[in-house]
Amino acid sequence: MELAGSIITLIGSIVLFLGALGIVRMPDVYNRMQAGTKATTLGTILFLVGISLGHSECGCFGKIILLIIFVLVTNPVSSNALARAAHSAGIKLTDRSVKDDLKNDKEMGEEK
Amino acid sequence: MKKTKSAFIGVVILFAVWVMLTDTSSSELLFGGFTALLVVFLFHKKLSVLEDVKISPKSLIYMFMYLFVFMWELLKSNIDVALRVISPKLPINPGIVKVKTTLKSPLGRACLANSITLTPGTLTVEMKDEFFYIHWIDVTSDNIEGATKSIVSNFEKYLEVIFG
Repeated sequence: MELAGSIITLIGSIVLFLGALGIVRMPDVYNRMQAGTKATTLGTILFLVGISLGHSECGCFGKIILLIIFVLVTNPVSSNALARAAHSAGIKLTDRSVKDDLKNDKEMGEEK
Repeated sequence: MKKTKSAFIGVVILFAVWVMLTDTSSSELLFGGFTALLVVFLFHKKLSVLEDVKISPKSLIYMFMYLFVFMWELLKSNIDVALRVISPKLPINPGIVKVKTTLKSPLGRACLANSITLTPGTLTVEMKDEFFYIHWIDVTSDNIEGATKSIVSNFEKYLEVIFG
């Protein structure tokens, strides 16, 4: 059981590492946020599950589940707020972007 | 009736949190239950958000199914983003697209926006009326209908049953 917990914790930290790598490599704010949000959510969940499996004598399973629910609810909300703020502040998308519907709609609203 | 339902859901949630946080001895359970009742009694006017949740056998089953679908999507999205990150060419094709939702309740929409953020290559940027603006890491369809179909529909059919 302790071995399984350790392996899951290791996988979690690998996922977190890939998220950090993504933040360095991606070209603009929004793409960085993509890598950041998803990797931190799954990485943290795996980390917590691994800990609860590896140290099952502490009886902290319920608390871990609560923590996971909390991470699941708050993580996307915060990244959503950041993305929204970035877009309202006028931070541009990378040149490789295909389209930007939100910008087009905002400009149409201003013309009216 | 609606007030009773939201109060009931509030008590259940608070009590579940209490049970998870503490050990299960009978005096603690009694105290936790009493506290949950007291808190909901004091704040029942603020709980109108919970009115949208439907309680029926069907919606409970869908809640479970939604949880599994959601976990699967989260796993897929991580593999997807990880592959993009470690490949040397960085194969992305990003853009912000607009999608339309049919959900009415605020709680359902919040849930949908959160789920979208955690699924493969999508990030909710802005909500306006019934439209979501979504940053998509790999834009594959140009119009509203196509984007809606590939991003939203998967979750919407579950959330529609749960929140109505």
